Amino acid sequence: MKMKQTKIWGDLIFRGLTASFASGIAVIFVAILLVLWNQSQPSLEKFGFSFLFNTSWNPVKDNFGALIPIVGTLLSTFLALLFAIPISLGIALFLAELAPHWLRAPFGTAIELLAAIPSIVYGMWGLFVLGPLMADYVQPFLKTTLGFLPLFSGPSMGIGMLTASLVLTLMIIPFISSVARDVFLMVPQPLKEAAYGLGGTTWEVVRDIMIPYGRKGIAGAIFLGMGRALGETMAVTFVIGNAYHLSWSLFSPGNSIASTLANEFTEADGTVYLSSLIELGLVLFLITLIILSLAQYWLRRSQAGRA
Amino acid sequence: MTRLTRRKLTNSIVLTLSSLAAVAGLFMLTWILGDVAWKGFAAINWDFFSKLPTPPGVKGGGLVNAIVGTLLMTGVATCIAVPFGMMSGTYLAEFGKNNKFGNVLRFLADILVSAPSIVIGVFVYLILVKPMHQFSGWAGAISLAIIMLPVVSRTTEEMLLLVPAEIREAALALGSPYWKMTINVIYRSASSGILTGVMLAVARVAGETAPLLFTALNSPYWMHGMNEPMANLTVVLFNYAMSPYDDWHRMAWGAAFLITMTVLAVNIFTRMVLRTKGRTS
Repeated sequence: MKMKQTKIWGDLIFRGLTASFASGIAVIFVAILLVLWNQSQPSLEKFGFSFLFNTSWNPVKDNFGALIPIVGTLLSTFLALLFAIPISLGIALFLAELAPHWLRAPFGTAIELLAAIPSIVYGMWGLFVLGPLMADYVQPFLKTTLGFLPLFSGPSMGIGMLTASLVLTLMIIPFISSVARDVFLMVPQPLKEAAYGLGGTTWEVVRDIMIPYGRKGIAGAIFLGMGRALGETMAVTFVIGNAYHLSWSLFSPGNSIASTLANEFTEADGTVYLSSLIELGLVLFLITLIILSLAQYWLRRSQAGRA
Repeated sequence: MTRLTRRKLTNSIVLTLSSLAAVAGLFMLTWILGDVAWKGFAAINWDFFSKLPTPPGVKGGGLVNAIVGTLLMTGVATCIAVPFGMMSGTYLAEFGKNNKFGNVLRFLADILVSAPSIVIGVFVYLILVKPMHQFSGWAGAISLAIIMLPVVSRTTEEMLLLVPAEIREAALALGSPYWKMTINVIYRSASSGILTGVMLAVARVAGETAPLLFTALNSPYWMHGMNEPMANLTVVLFNYAMSPYDDWHRMAWGAAFLITMTVLAVNIFTRMVLRTKGRTS
């Protein structure tokens, strides 16, 4: 009887102990939201909702608005996804369906290793290698061929929105392609064999069987890459140019929320200045929260579909 | 026949594009790693590991303080995040598999794993640096620990769930209490998996920059403890690469080389361990 008692107590204590550590994750999450909200008060009170739509960022006059960093974050993410989605799906398809079997494991590992390289290395490579290439070759070429579009006008500096988006593209390709490959591998073999048996070509099997079957997982993979791109700091800060103006030209320097924080946070002296930066951080956290929730939602749905 | 030819043509075009995408991916990996290795290796010498940084224009010098700073902060972060994350992962795998509390925590952990690390930096600045009026190695270590925690928790959970139910049942049937079964049997059979997960988390955190920018800051001097701004490889890399000095650029490539090679070595090593383990079992 006594032994049974201690046994139950031991299990209850163990369960309670692990549960309290586990709730630490929730505590940290809520604390981040509360602290950022609380410390953004000076800026929230002064600017209210207009903070989100104000284009000025003027520490001298203490007038701050988030529109330019928000637009920069969304635009660079959008462009990065635009480039990264087709390439990533191509890589995933290659790894899951096309590559000879002996090549799949090492090739997959190589792509996953790209994801392991710290983002600051991508940023530095972008600044010293990609930036000059853009300025000397790519941007002049785009200007002579597509220069009639306002998107491709302005001086070729190498550093700016386009270069930042390309570095981001490089960063998120491994994330999207390795998740998408796993999604493709989840497609049941009999389904594919049936389609091949009906005489479908590889592309037709991919288009009509694999992509429809894995669409939730692919959506999850894309949102996951999007979440990464939105919050990415170091890869962007090096090459985005850090300038506060809106321009139609993709060559012109801009700013993202993360790069603004990285560049200015330690220099912010006034209360309103600092709290405006904190509010920017809050906005970024909320945006990524929404996108990552969508990612989890779709990824879980696709796993539920497998079972 | 023309229809068949067209279908075959579309097929080969798509397959070619897909293979090209894969080749492009591999090409970029080689390009970036090649640049880092080529330019970084030139900066690596004995001084790099043994001397303090010099002011711009003065030849020589190294980054010994930054190397030690990164090791110290990563080490402290690991000591905080690993026990914490393992306990939390244990709850999620053993008790919170299907209840609401477990599902909410799992969801929050997944969000935190991918949340922007710079926001964690802002958070730690506000709770530690601002009240204490001091940038410090501790603050840097704690932001790294916050980033590591959900990663360790999720890998521990995954590894514990891989342990076959029969092993649990065997231990419980022998009359062992649940907690004893977990510690003596489950942890033991999942240990190599958890260890690899922890190593990958350490490698990831060691390359983080954003959360250190306003917590550990940086310092050109030798440290006297963790209560002061602390040099670390990634922030040094950032400051040096953004500076106008060629000497500092060279050092920055050296730092990039050191970080990248360490992170890649850990990744490749853990993969090899996992693969050999998969073969024997």
